[in-house]
Amino acid sequence: MMTHGLSLFVAILSILNVLACGWLIWWTARSRPDEVKQGEVIDHVWDGDLQERNNPMPRWWLILFFLSIGFCFVYFLLYPALGTFGNVLGWSKANQYESEMAEARREYAPVYAAFAGRSVLELSRDPKALALGHSLFANNCVQCHGSDGRGATGFPNLTDQDWLYGGDPDTLVQTITNGREGVMPALGAVLGEQGVTEVVAYVRSLSGAKAPADQIEAGKARFVLCAACHGADAKGNQAIGAPNLTDDIWLYGGSEKAVRTTVTNGRHGQMPSHKWLGDDRIRLLAAYVYSLSHPAGPSAGEAAAP
Amino acid sequence: MNETYNDKVVRQFAIMTVVWGIVGMAVGVLIAAQLYWPALNFDVPWLTYSRLRPLHTNAVIFAFGGCALIGTSFYVVQRTCHVRLFGDRLAAFVFWGWQLVILGAVVTLPLGITQSKEYAELEWPIDLLITAVWVAYAVVFFGTMAIRRVQHIYVANWFYGAFIVTIAVLHIFNNLAVPVSLTKSYSLYSGVVDAMMQWWYGHNAVGFFLTAGFLGMMYYFVPKQAQRPIYSYRLSVVHFWALISVYMWAGPHHLHYTSLPDWVQSIGMAFSILLLAPSWGGMINGIMTLSGAWYKLRTDPILKFMIVSLSFYGMSTFEGPMMSIKTVNALSHYTDWGIAHVHSGALGWVAMMTIGSMYYLIPRLFNRTQMHSVRLVEVHFWTSTIGVVLYIAAMWSAGVMQGLMWRAFNPDGTLTYSFVEGVKATYPFYLVRLCGGSLFLVGMLIMAYNVWMTVRNEKPAPVAVMPAAVGV
Repeated sequence: MMTHGLSLFVAILSILNVLACGWLIWWTARSRPDEVKQGEVIDHVWDGDLQERNNPMPRWWLILFFLSIGFCFVYFLLYPALGTFGNVLGWSKANQYESEMAEARREYAPVYAAFAGRSVLELSRDPKALALGHSLFANNCVQCHGSDGRGATGFPNLTDQDWLYGGDPDTLVQTITNGREGVMPALGAVLGEQGVTEVVAYVRSLSGAKAPADQIEAGKARFVLCAACHGADAKGNQAIGAPNLTDDIWLYGGSEKAVRTTVTNGRHGQMPSHKWLGDDRIRLLAAYVYSLSHPAGPSAGEAAAP
Repeated sequence: MNETYNDKVVRQFAIMTVVWGIVGMAVGVLIAAQLYWPALNFDVPWLTYSRLRPLHTNAVIFAFGGCALIGTSFYVVQRTCHVRLFGDRLAAFVFWGWQLVILGAVVTLPLGITQSKEYAELEWPIDLLITAVWVAYAVVFFGTMAIRRVQHIYVANWFYGAFIVTIAVLHIFNNLAVPVSLTKSYSLYSGVVDAMMQWWYGHNAVGFFLTAGFLGMMYYFVPKQAQRPIYSYRLSVVHFWALISVYMWAGPHHLHYTSLPDWVQSIGMAFSILLLAPSWGGMINGIMTLSGAWYKLRTDPILKFMIVSLSFYGMSTFEGPMMSIKTVNALSHYTDWGIAHVHSGALGWVAMMTIGSMYYLIPRLFNRTQMHSVRLVEVHFWTSTIGVVLYIAAMWSAGVMQGLMWRAFNPDGTLTYSFVEGVKATYPFYLVRLCGGSLFLVGMLIMAYNVWMTVRNEKPAPVAVMPAAVGV
């Protein structure tokens, strides 16, 4: 917070600088007894032919200058400018934000009220709700998951049937509301260079990649370390977001190099919480995301119903 | 009386102005092309937009603009003080030191070595070299003024002087940092104070490097080329003092609607509005200097460069205060409108004034009365003018479009467009901008050919210092 002294310093300095502009015009515009007539050339010469005329400052320009000086004082008075002084209007950018947001809430409340209290599954079959969900998705989710929801390296594809934490409506709501943090520890030091090579060979072989049989065999033996999270069958564990390693879907890439990096250095994925969107918007979003992997159409809709 | 002017250092700076102009603008054209064809970075880190963009800005502002300013100021201060430049060796150090700074930028910026401060990207060892060169520059310039043979100081020197002093202060205070290695340092300031320091620097780099300095250039070369006296001495006095005092306050308008306290933002905006009249003072004084000589514009492409430059100066110094108004800024900020504004200043005002002045200066530095081909100067003029107009018209349209797209709401309160839709809509404008920028670069290449043909067979002879007129 500003001290009184600093406010005073700022106020005096700004006012003085504006006043000085006015004084400068007045002082320079005065005619002096020893000067040449208006419009004539002053008798200083530089570099052979550089000279200056004694012309007055253009009137329209002086008016413009004085108007802007006047503007400064009015503005200083009405808005926060002189430290803690002035600001007759009581304006602040925080106030402006709050009032615009309050107005928006009032204006848009009826739009969302129409969908309040309905289940995610129900919403996922309502074209109007899906259109709204699509808009919300475009505003809040596309930065990571892409405008088509297919994700990118490090950001999950939301249109397939492969879910890190689960794709049922309740889990989707929970994921959007609280965010997720997926951590895989670095295993490079534990496994050693050779160990990593073997584990990588085994893990990739689960999705059909080729590698020397002895490496895969050795990797399988070492996989007990990984099974704690990914399960003995390597099909993952949605309770902790450990991915299924057998479906050839790779969050961070499935090349030898990418999997090696994952095993050696670990991974740390983070999806932020969206609690601030509020319950209504979150359920609309969950419905839209649900619809991405459960395409509409009567039969698909029936099948998805519990 | 065998005293001659030190024109060697001026010649060096003048030639390097053309060279660095081409380099800086060529990099600009490359990154403009990358925005249209992203594959043009070839996945090579040092060819990526993020690293070449600061190289472009540093090269055009500090290499092209810097060489033009230092070179012309050395020429002007000798001529208008009627004395040889103070300190031959120091002047040579300024030239070679400045080239070394530029070379440092050319190497370190593509390597990704940066302080991440716009227009102050160079790391601390180069910053120290800049400081040394700048102090030497100040000693040479003010030393020459101190030994002048006329009592009155010509108006061009006020502006050059203000530019030199202020840039020293800005450079030192914005770059105060704690080095942790040869290529890495941390700013002494943190958070919003760091942002405020940066934009106090950033806006005054515009105000003093790109405005006051080039006004100094204007005040010598426009009356010289027009062969008319400066329109109004009174106007010079008022707009000089008002300009340099008011500019100092305007920086916060770069930080509207950020965590910078409201009162600082308001002060920045109010003083930016106040800045309109002092800025226009320079434009009026330059353009009105032509009164009685308007007919010369028909035949003299150098004057055309200067008058169009002053018109762009007037236009962008009107646009600047308008953009600093919070409600306008809410639309224009972060869009390509800013890019349009900067280039109407940088290409329209700074580059065209420099080009005009160089066409006056270079033949005179090499014992000639005019350029090898006046016709090519005319061609250059039209190439650059069409280039600038294409460039800024494209970026204005793109900027306003982006601003409107970003704030468009659906009836349900969500944004109508995702960010990438705005990028997609900008593509055609990027292509037009690329064409405009390329035209401007072509103009510079025409200039380089013309300059080469002008100087290649000349052995410049020393010019005797002109005695001061009696009674001055």
